[in-house]
Amino acid sequence: MKMPVPDSGVIARRRAIVDALRAIVPGEGVIIDEAELRAYECDGLTAYRQLPLVAVLPETVEQVARILKTCQEMGVKVVPRGAGTSLSGGALPLADGVLLGMGKFKRILDIDYANRCVVVQPGVTNLGISNAVAAEGFYYAPDPSSQIACTIGGNIAENSGGVHCLKYGLTTNNVLGVELVLMDGTIVRLGGKHLDAGGYDLMGVVTGSEGLLGVVTEVTVRILKKPATARAVLIGFPTSEQGGDCVAAIIAAGIIPGGMEMMDRPAIHAAEAFVHAGYPLDVEALLIVELDGPAAEVDHLIGRVAAIAADKGAVCTRVSTSEEERLAFWAGRKAAFPAVGRISPDYYCMDGTIPRKALPLVLTRMTELSARYGLRVANVFHAGDGNLHPLILYDANQPGELERAESFGNDILRLCVEVGGVLTGEHGVGVEKRDLMTDQFDAADLEQQQRLKCAFDPDGLLNPGKVFPTLHRCAELGRLHVHKGELRFPDIPRF
Amino acid sequence: MTTTILKPETDAQLVDAVRWALSADEPLELLGQGTRRGLGRPVRTAHALDLSGLSGVLAYEPEELVLTARAGTPMAEITALLGERAQHLAFEPPDGGTLGGLIACGLAGPRRIAAGSARDHTLGIAGVSGRGERYKGGGKVVKNVTGYDLPKLMAGSFGTLTAFTELTVKVLPAPEDTATLLLFGLDDAAAVGVLDQALRSPYDVSGAAHLPDGLAARSVVPTVARAGGAVTLVRLEGFGPSVAARVAALRADLRADAVLDAAESRAVWRELRDAACLGGVTAPPSPTPLSPAPDAEGWAGGNANKLWKLSVPPASGPSVVSAIRHALGPAGAAVEAFYDWGGGLVWLLAPPESATAIRRAVGTQGHATLIRASQEVRATVEVFQPLPDPLMALTRRVKSSFDPMGILNPGRLYPGV
Repeated sequence: MKMPVPDSGVIARRRAIVDALRAIVPGEGVIIDEAELRAYECDGLTAYRQLPLVAVLPETVEQVARILKTCQEMGVKVVPRGAGTSLSGGALPLADGVLLGMGKFKRILDIDYANRCVVVQPGVTNLGISNAVAAEGFYYAPDPSSQIACTIGGNIAENSGGVHCLKYGLTTNNVLGVELVLMDGTIVRLGGKHLDAGGYDLMGVVTGSEGLLGVVTEVTVRILKKPATARAVLIGFPTSEQGGDCVAAIIAAGIIPGGMEMMDRPAIHAAEAFVHAGYPLDVEALLIVELDGPAAEVDHLIGRVAAIAADKGAVCTRVSTSEEERLAFWAGRKAAFPAVGRISPDYYCMDGTIPRKALPLVLTRMTELSARYGLRVANVFHAGDGNLHPLILYDANQPGELERAESFGNDILRLCVEVGGVLTGEHGVGVEKRDLMTDQFDAADLEQQQRLKCAFDPDGLLNPGKVFPTLHRCAELGRLHVHKGELRFPDIPRF
Repeated sequence: MTTTILKPETDAQLVDAVRWALSADEPLELLGQGTRRGLGRPVRTAHALDLSGLSGVLAYEPEELVLTARAGTPMAEITALLGERAQHLAFEPPDGGTLGGLIACGLAGPRRIAAGSARDHTLGIAGVSGRGERYKGGGKVVKNVTGYDLPKLMAGSFGTLTAFTELTVKVLPAPEDTATLLLFGLDDAAAVGVLDQALRSPYDVSGAAHLPDGLAARSVVPTVARAGGAVTLVRLEGFGPSVAARVAALRADLRADAVLDAAESRAVWRELRDAACLGGVTAPPSPTPLSPAPDAEGWAGGNANKLWKLSVPPASGPSVVSAIRHALGPAGAAVEAFYDWGGGLVWLLAPPESATAIRRAVGTQGHATLIRASQEVRATVEVFQPLPDPLMALTRRVKSSFDPMGILNPGRLYPGV
């Protein structure tokens, strides 16, 4: 994985850049000390590290606008950062770039129950929003597993999901409005407390744009009433095919569970050894199906799900009868990553999505790849929406194992694309999957996406080196070869 | 003024058509069945691109919750196919037209508050840009964050960025049962308060509307029409036992006056979706794609007033309507309005020359779209919400990044866009 070659001219001008930033953000808001910069050298994808040229921590939208405008005028790249929990390297700094930390934007600005929304600054954590409205029985639906730490600004950049997103949607389905600063310092507002926006759905493309289009400085999200009740069913199957069939049958019966997770044998064993959740150890696939909503509905559907499971050959079905039991069912799944961490020095978490019907094929091929690479793999799977999280077990202290793990992971993602799926369901492309983009998209697809970036950031200064494997100048992308009089009589039916 | 229709039957022919338009500098009006030609600013081009030849469902996998179809596929065909498997498009779009036209117009109905809009269900697109290049965006699975979310940008772009060849949409189980609670005789503010109470309940309300005195009487559903005044409506949908339990609980909480059964519910929410009590949003089908888009006066019972759709913070709905009436002075008495989306969607029938008052009342807290008016009016009054300068400039750059020569539906959204 190569990042763009740092511009030595920019690095040589570091002093002037720091002075310009200090004129905008006084005092300790501009960080140049190497020891302090270490805090920003990587995000959740710790395999890649790079010290930024300088870090700046603004506190107001005006400062953000001036920083971006100044950087554009000086031709300096900018990498925005929330809490730094990205699993794809979206916030990896650049040696010749300013790291723009949004951590000081921590205020909740407006809790508006009458309009069922909350206005916050982007550095507020995901869970912080839910906590702020919990007393009134509300919550913010998307729940990425890093929700204690990750910020809503970062969630917008990555379009974060979580275990409940089949029913409640990803970030993009729960954001009503943003204030956004463009690279030239322009401040625009998209959406608000109302639904939809006038004109193009720019909020739709900004969400999930991985910090390449603008810097979000304010967010309005919708909040939902907490479901009255939730119950879970734990279902074991002798084969993963039967597990997959059961998921398909539940959906075919018209049921969209609040959560529907699957684990394979290695993941089940690791989790059970860690938290003793009472998982059956003699099954190949374990499903957790959670129904949430009004009590009458949950009671009705629990019975239907149990019947479907029996019909699909479940060898073990347990229905939670208390909140403690429901949480126990989840305890193993929620601890799956650290549980795998106990049985291997290191693990590498992948994030592809597949059409669910391809699950047996993908698991078979993954087993073959596991043998070929000589690395074990455990699978947890958001079964409802086909989002796979294979965990590749390796030891970074063994020479070459990290590289083998990465190659294995790349093969898994290529397999996801091959069966009709995509490279990433919720973690983002970042630097991690950047060079695989050509497996999912052809040149014309990627060029059109990059042309859209040019509309927001014509100099390509915002978070370059992420998402797109090849950088093009906007002038080159925009070139249009039109031959006047070409195709004078195209062979198309006319009326 | 359209003189020629190009009707490609293959994707390659579509590419040729757009390339020809580029080389000949001849902008194109994009058409599916022409159902929504009356929506948006009029496009005045000598050539039209009829996409109805690119038709057919390519893949439908109910268990995967996805459907892929060519852009010109009639919605009637898709709705029927989904119905066979008890599924639907959850955003409750209006009937008719093609899938491409529906997504291009970004239309959604009362269930928008619970299920999202067209944009939330558009997973993947493929098409030909105004550069004459084929490309795709998004994917064919329900969960995907790979690359920019171009399908969202396409939803509601009114054909100004790309001529679609195929679309992948998320499909969901259709509710097994539905019922609607009714409250009679509330004024607008009290009604929105009740809708707020319903939407704050844990009962998964999927429709929250209010028909003021006079409008309810126009319903085809007798219980609504004969209420003798305003009717406030709260919809509950889902599995039978769940609907029954929630109806009982919420009826007591809201002190509802009556309950509509499934058939009556479906009828009344269809009317609300289509703004039927204000003359309707969809023109009758044209005899041929190129018949002039029927003018409002021709299909809304001769009513010369203009139909507007306002999206505002839900709690502000009634005060926005009051402000519009007040600003119009004596003419304000002619304004008729009803509320959906818990008060956040206002359908408003207003006399001509009301645009300034409407936009001023909405301010920066929402947006107003002129839904039904004659071509002449739509050519002179901003149909879509005017944008602040920086946002308009960005909008033009986005347009240009897909269609630098302005050959796809030029001016449909904004002058030059």
